[in-house]
Amino acid sequence: MSATTIAALPDGAVAEARFAQATQLQLTWWRFRRHKLAMVSLVVVALFYSVAVFADFLATSDPHATDARRSFIPPQGIHLFDDSGFNPHVYGLRGVRDPRSFKLAYTPDPARKLPVRLFAQGYSYHLFGLFETDIHLLGLEGGARTDGIFLLGTDQLGRDLFSRMMVATRVSLSIGLAGVALSLLLGVLLGGISGLYGGWVDTLIQRVIEVLRSIPTIPLWMGLAAALPNTWSVTQVYLAITVIISLIGWTELARVVRGRFLSLREEDFVVAAELAGASQMRIIFRHMLPSFASHVIAAVSLALPAMIVSETSLSFLGLGLRPPAVSWGILLQDAQNIQVLSGAPWLLSAAVPVTLVILAFNFLGDGLRDAADPYG
Amino acid sequence: MNVLEVEDLRKHFPIRAGLLRREVGRVRAVDGVSFQIAAGETLALVGESGCGKTTVSRCILRAQRATSGAIRFAPEAGRVVDLASLPKRELRPLRRHMQMIFQDPYSSLNPRMMVGDIIAEPLKVNGVPAAERQARVLELLELVQMPPGARTRFPHAFSGGQRQRIGIARALALNPRLVVADEPVSALDVSVQAQIINLLLDLQDRLGLSMLFVAHDLSVVRHVSDRVAVMYVGRIVEVAPTDALYRTPRHPYTETLLAAVPAPDPARRGRRIAVTGEVADPAHPPPGCAFHPRCPHAVERCRTERPELTEAGAGRWVSCHRAAELDLMGVR
Amino acid sequence: MVERTSLSIRDLAVQFESEQGVVRALDGVSFDLQAGRTLGIVGESGCGKSVTARSILRLVDRPGRITGGRILLDPGTPAQADLVALNPDSRQMRAVRGGRIGLIFQEPMTALSVHYTVGNQIMEAVLQHSGASPQEARARAIELLREVGIPRPELRLDSYPFELSGGLRQRVGIAMALAGDPDIVIADEPTTALDVTTQAQILALLRGLQERKRIALMLITHDMGVIAEMADDVAVMYLGRIVGFAPVMELFKAPRHPYTRALLRAVPSILAAPRQRLSTIGGAVPHPGLRPTGCAFHPRCTEALEGRCAREAPPPIPPGQAGASCFLAEAVA
Repeated sequence: MSATTIAALPDGAVAEARFAQATQLQLTWWRFRRHKLAMVSLVVVALFYSVAVFADFLATSDPHATDARRSFIPPQGIHLFDDSGFNPHVYGLRGVRDPRSFKLAYTPDPARKLPVRLFAQGYSYHLFGLFETDIHLLGLEGGARTDGIFLLGTDQLGRDLFSRMMVATRVSLSIGLAGVALSLLLGVLLGGISGLYGGWVDTLIQRVIEVLRSIPTIPLWMGLAAALPNTWSVTQVYLAITVIISLIGWTELARVVRGRFLSLREEDFVVAAELAGASQMRIIFRHMLPSFASHVIAAVSLALPAMIVSETSLSFLGLGLRPPAVSWGILLQDAQNIQVLSGAPWLLSAAVPVTLVILAFNFLGDGLRDAADPYG
Repeated sequence: MNVLEVEDLRKHFPIRAGLLRREVGRVRAVDGVSFQIAAGETLALVGESGCGKTTVSRCILRAQRATSGAIRFAPEAGRVVDLASLPKRELRPLRRHMQMIFQDPYSSLNPRMMVGDIIAEPLKVNGVPAAERQARVLELLELVQMPPGARTRFPHAFSGGQRQRIGIARALALNPRLVVADEPVSALDVSVQAQIINLLLDLQDRLGLSMLFVAHDLSVVRHVSDRVAVMYVGRIVEVAPTDALYRTPRHPYTETLLAAVPAPDPARRGRRIAVTGEVADPAHPPPGCAFHPRCPHAVERCRTERPELTEAGAGRWVSCHRAAELDLMGVR
Repeated sequence: MVERTSLSIRDLAVQFESEQGVVRALDGVSFDLQAGRTLGIVGESGCGKSVTARSILRLVDRPGRITGGRILLDPGTPAQADLVALNPDSRQMRAVRGGRIGLIFQEPMTALSVHYTVGNQIMEAVLQHSGASPQEARARAIELLREVGIPRPELRLDSYPFELSGGLRQRVGIAMALAGDPDIVIADEPTTALDVTTQAQILALLRGLQERKRIALMLITHDMGVIAEMADDVAVMYLGRIVGFAPVMELFKAPRHPYTRALLRAVPSILAAPRQRLSTIGGAVPHPGLRPTGCAFHPRCTEALEGRCAREAPPPIPPGQAGASCFLAEAVA
């Protein structure tokens, strides 16, 4: 089909063939691409999720390994050059006794240079949960057990904060995804039933949503989280927390789905399908669902940050995941104590990825929402 | 032979109030409407907003269920069904025989489907095999004067007029016995409107369409319809062959409507009778003839006694106590 | 009778910038509004008739902007002011809006708030443009409602807009437009959303008000019937330009531009013969962003001159003169 045929159309067609034959998805993408902030956010979100996938590979030391001797070590940069030229290295640690408190404190010793290597061997882990390996992006060559790369410093127990942050990213982001998936299932199902059948079913579901939304979330979560048995394993708690945070999350999605169902039911093209004799199922799956899938995706990307914040707040308050699990909330738990914080302000760094990812998701969601409806 | 006979159709919407949602009143959107459409005939249903013309068309298509009355439809020669009382299950196979042309060419086409699929959809859901569908789509595109290449494009590539052609092609896909057109040209630009009016005239000639043409624009109606039924507050006040209705209206409301249309001719300026008052509220229609508060010819009887639709000459029906004595002004 | 010219538009150009490129919504539009006369502006979608109205009131929002031309209030008098030079948010411009130039919308609900009573809103408008006391403003509001033919205005003053029918709402809209006692009124499709009997009433009202108050009325519509009924002079617009201008009788009797001729023939008529076909204009109005070269109408024009019309744009019509922006009209004249 060439552009000349379009010009020959009786009404004089509007645009070029590319536009004319573009699918819904392409139009949405073209529109989304113009949204610069959303594009940047898409990249940020993608980076975060790749961190989540390659968390152990990116970790520089075992996030669970404790060592009292290296507690509260400030962030250490990697020195790229030394006298002999390019030679990335970090300094080794040296124990110094504080002349006043007589405590042994470990501080970097510029005299001991430890070379940093790419794809070095470290603790062993399962990549994608499948292949056992001990290759890490960065690692040290030689050095004592106390030595390591401490990009973001260490906590009280001497665990490397950077490595913990990598693993925490995986937990926090995946719990968000799982929560949203569950919310989506509940939301689409109940919202769909509500919008499709109307009547008393609709009224009932809407009242349930209103009641759920009227309960203050933090006390509700506290109650539910407190009810989780202490004896549950990390995985069990993880699943339970997912359920708890999606308990509220589905209501918003249900509203979006219901709203779209109600407005689409009145659209002429849906009426036309009905008048053509199409079955109820065909109308829903062929005509209605494709029309609001994009809206649901946008709603999901706006719901995700809320999920992540929920998990973070719960864990921060000590009601969510419990150590030895690592999430952003748990990392921030260490930063609860002002005295600790004044001595080791780097513990607060876990707030940075939280803020970043929440902002990115919000911008992404805005962009998707604007792009979702290329017809205005 | 009639394709459609509507008899004493009523559609009342309850007004509910209070906690128990008790019915406190009724909007008589359609209140005793009767008319017929013969095979190959176009009947226009005209009136101002809120007169019930859209509700009538929705009841006929069973998008809404009538409160009472009969809608006798002949899907094939020698077979008649009552659409008003038919169970939903038996309705679906009948759908193919009556189709609709929508007002808004933008919302009536699914933006996610290619034009070819949109036109083929009625064929598909009615079990027409794929090979036949393809051929039929091409035939339909030609019928509405669209190039075959339109098949693989999405609706957003087309202008309002072209979209309306696509909508017409879809409505005609199954060779329906009856087409309901709801204001099919009122959303279009003047120059495009003329194209679609001509297309409808062509289709009437070529296919012998039976059509219910719902419209508010009396100029458009004059071009496309064989007969006109004028509605006011849920009732038909006059039915007549088009030319007769425009030249010699028998109901004062018809006269008022005709007089209100601004003719595209400045020389006729000021030759209009004054129109007073507003359309009555169908929830509280005035007693007697609903038009009496606005009628310059109203007498005492009009205020108390409701006139019935009675025959007034060849093919003409009017519901006015004074129809015989009044000499009303039409357009010439 | 030579009337006072209230407003002169000269070479007005408005552009909208988007990623797809620059859309010239108005491209050198000139006309005059005279006290006591009605200028009808007619055209199809995208012709720029509404943008013209918004430009005069300086209500064109980004990404649109006025890129050239003048909008002269009281031209040729010592008080002459160029509205293009004013800041849209300035005090002078706000005084012009409503005070000198009233605007009547297609859907009056866009101009009325649902949260305040009709009386409240009209009084507000009166207070804005005069030093009246609240009591005086109330009296003036009642007077305005009576003027626009609203029965029992004292009671209607306390209604909310949504309690009114479409016709009454448009009357309130007109009262709002008149609250600042403007001498110029722009009515943008004032009857398009109304039923035909209500339309007749509103048109009669506008005509009466205009004659009584010697208002310079600019009536924007797509309906040739409304033009025939109301206008003294008519400007036909196509893709951002005025292609035809003439006194109403002349325009309908002897249209000079091929577009005007075609448009008049394409209008369905209440006087038509049964099953009468209409003559059509081929194609559709192009998107304003895809304006054809030369004369913008040439691809749809049956009389286009081979070679010339596609390359060369015909000169605009000198303001105040009847004419057509067309090479053919030139040749005839």
